[in-house]
Amino acid sequence: MQESCQMVKEGLLVKIKGELDLTCASSLRDRLDHELKKSGTRHLILDLGGVSFIDSSGLGVILGRYRMLAPIGGKISIRNCNAQVYRILEISGLTRIMLVERSGLSKRAKEGRS
Amino acid sequence: MEAAENKTLKNSIKMSFRSIGENVALARLVVAAALAEKDITLAELDEIKVAVSEAVSNAIIHGYENQGQHMVKMEIDIDGDDLTILVQDDGIGIADVDLAMQPTYSSSSERMGLGFSFMQSFMDKVEVTSVLGQGTSVRLMKKLGAFESESIEPDEFIN
Repeated sequence: MQESCQMVKEGLLVKIKGELDLTCASSLRDRLDHELKKSGTRHLILDLGGVSFIDSSGLGVILGRYRMLAPIGGKISIRNCNAQVYRILEISGLTRIMLVERSGLSKRAKEGRS
Repeated sequence: MEAAENKTLKNSIKMSFRSIGENVALARLVVAAALAEKDITLAELDEIKVAVSEAVSNAIIHGYENQGQHMVKMEIDIDGDDLTILVQDDGIGIADVDLAMQPTYSSSSERMGLGFSFMQSFMDKVEVTSVLGQGTSVRLMKKLGAFESESIEPDEFIN
């Protein structure tokens, strides 16, 4: 997994590449917490354009940051997730509590959501 | 081999690997490769991969408490359209399996009990047997090609 961080006007933008599972969960969590603290922002934008797989370990990192930021008025939004990743976020209920944008509705995405 | 025969072909794969995070991806890859010839959608394959990921992650995180020197066993059985994946550890075991399978349950980490919820949502049947001090085995079963999955009620675990 690789990630790159930059400040944009909406908050901290983190672009992630790879598979979000147990292997990278703790390093991603540490990196996000460090960057959030360093930047002083309460708003996190995760660009999952390069993420091909996510499971509960990856979701746990996102949910954990949500629980940290929401009580202090912060927000998390997710961009560019592919159809499979979106599905997992949707089934787990994440799409109900944060803004999640897909990288485009393909035919397969519609099938996958049926 | 003719396609009709291929459809009812039985296949079994047994493997064991060290209880380290890197092998979660390996387990997913092996399952995906074993199912490569099957007529299933990408979404269905992805759900099976998530279920496998959860079972193997549980073995590593909970069964072996993140100690990497142990071995996780995995068996994949494909009999026509019937898929069975067994993931076993010889770790600490689960005191109360029914409790552990509740969506809100999590004994550690930020995974928040989602592991078993995903396994149950994405597979037709999940059987867990566990003996304290001896280990846990998780049997994931699914009829391939009958794609349908249930949503988890998010309010159950997102507060």
